[in-house]
Amino acid sequence: MTDVTTKSVGFWAWFWDLANPTRFLAVASWLIPVLAIITVTLLGIGLYLGFSAPQDYQQGATVQIMFIHVPSSWIAMMCYSVMSVSALGSLVWRHPLADVSIRAAAPIGAAFTFLALLTGSLWGKPMWGTWWVWDARLTSVLILFIIYMGLIALSRAIEEPITAARSLAIITLIGFINIPIIKFSVNWWNTLHQPASVSRLAKPAMDVVFLYPLLTMALAYTTLFFTLHLMAMRNEILRRRIRSMRMSAARRIDTQSASQGN
Amino acid sequence: MMSLLLRDMRLAFRVGGGALTGILFFLVVVTIVPFAVGPDLNLLSKIGPAILWIAALLASLLGLDRLFQQDREDGTLDVIIIQSHSLTAIVFIKCLSHWLANGLPLILATPIFGLFMNMEPLAIAAVLATLIVGTPAITFIGAVGAAATVSLPRGGLLLAVLILPLVIPVLIFGVSATYGAIQDPAPFTSPFLILCALTLFFSVLGPITAGWMLAQSTD
Repeated sequence: MTDVTTKSVGFWAWFWDLANPTRFLAVASWLIPVLAIITVTLLGIGLYLGFSAPQDYQQGATVQIMFIHVPSSWIAMMCYSVMSVSALGSLVWRHPLADVSIRAAAPIGAAFTFLALLTGSLWGKPMWGTWWVWDARLTSVLILFIIYMGLIALSRAIEEPITAARSLAIITLIGFINIPIIKFSVNWWNTLHQPASVSRLAKPAMDVVFLYPLLTMALAYTTLFFTLHLMAMRNEILRRRIRSMRMSAARRIDTQSASQGN
Repeated sequence: MMSLLLRDMRLAFRVGGGALTGILFFLVVVTIVPFAVGPDLNLLSKIGPAILWIAALLASLLGLDRLFQQDREDGTLDVIIIQSHSLTAIVFIKCLSHWLANGLPLILATPIFGLFMNMEPLAIAAVLATLIVGTPAITFIGAVGAAATVSLPRGGLLLAVLILPLVIPVLIFGVSATYGAIQDPAPFTSPFLILCALTLFFSVLGPITAGWMLAQSTD
């Protein structure tokens, strides 16, 4: 019992330590290269396994699109979940980094969603004979993309970072309702998109030749996301510092010119 | 509360209030459709309920950005926030008056537009019922967006972008209830009840969130 509490205190202390942007930058400066190396290695292995995977007996070579498409859509949803957790962290605990995290994650999430839509469309053309259908899964992912775009537009529209952060956090939380809809859309509605075939409780309905590259790619995409996210957060922190420096510089010039005028 | 409701409604109907512009916009959207799809009356009567719902949705988005902005510009919003005990109730009243001034006239005009679309009396009645039940939900969701964009000089377009993905469920159940009333195998009661539930749900959640955001935005 005591062990657990000290451990959790230690974790929380560390977590709050990160609230100091300088500490965060210090952690990020070694974490980003490490994650980047892991990402490149995993991507290399995953792509090799993916390209050397045999052709599917029904889908032929197009099955290899899956190794890009499926991880992209997973990360698109994971990114939104990360943003929602950050939104909670921003509203409930007022963690200063949570604001930065939401703002930094939105463009990355939008990019992964776009990639998922694009590759899905490329896959749909030979398989279903159409680039796009108004199917529940496709439509809900498109809505996710629109929500991401709206959040980016909102974060760009408000200049003051603190007001922007609050509005952004609330709209992010409201938009989270879409994530379970995406996840279960293939079960709730009769759709053209196939249901989940990896995360079943029983055995995955996929051969290991396809499963292993897919899982490697998923892992690679996850580390890729966190690398990009940390980099974007670092940029955002630096951008805010520049902003405050500019403002204080402007104020200094202002007072100087005022004293000279007198 | 009552005085706030009356004040808001009086402001909406005065010159520059823009409440009646909504109906005009509604009329223009409905009129434009036959130009786009052709004046085929059978087709129009088939897609009529959907057109009316989309037009009503767009028209009710139109005035939403003014929900708090006007009061913020002349300082009334700050007075209200300082004085009031419950910002949630204030937002609820403001939404209600906004709906009464902008939404209700629109809905009362739908039978005429329904005739333009060559719809059956039953279909018109169904559209009327679903719009009366469903459009308050759009206003309540829109209040959150209006509170989020209240400090922006040009928040209207952004508001629409943020709100439209969130009002899709309202649109889905509104239109499916309408089609349930006119087409035989589809059910009417269950989508209609879900629509009622959505409105009740957002009438609680929307004002709470919007009120909280307004309180945050002023300090």
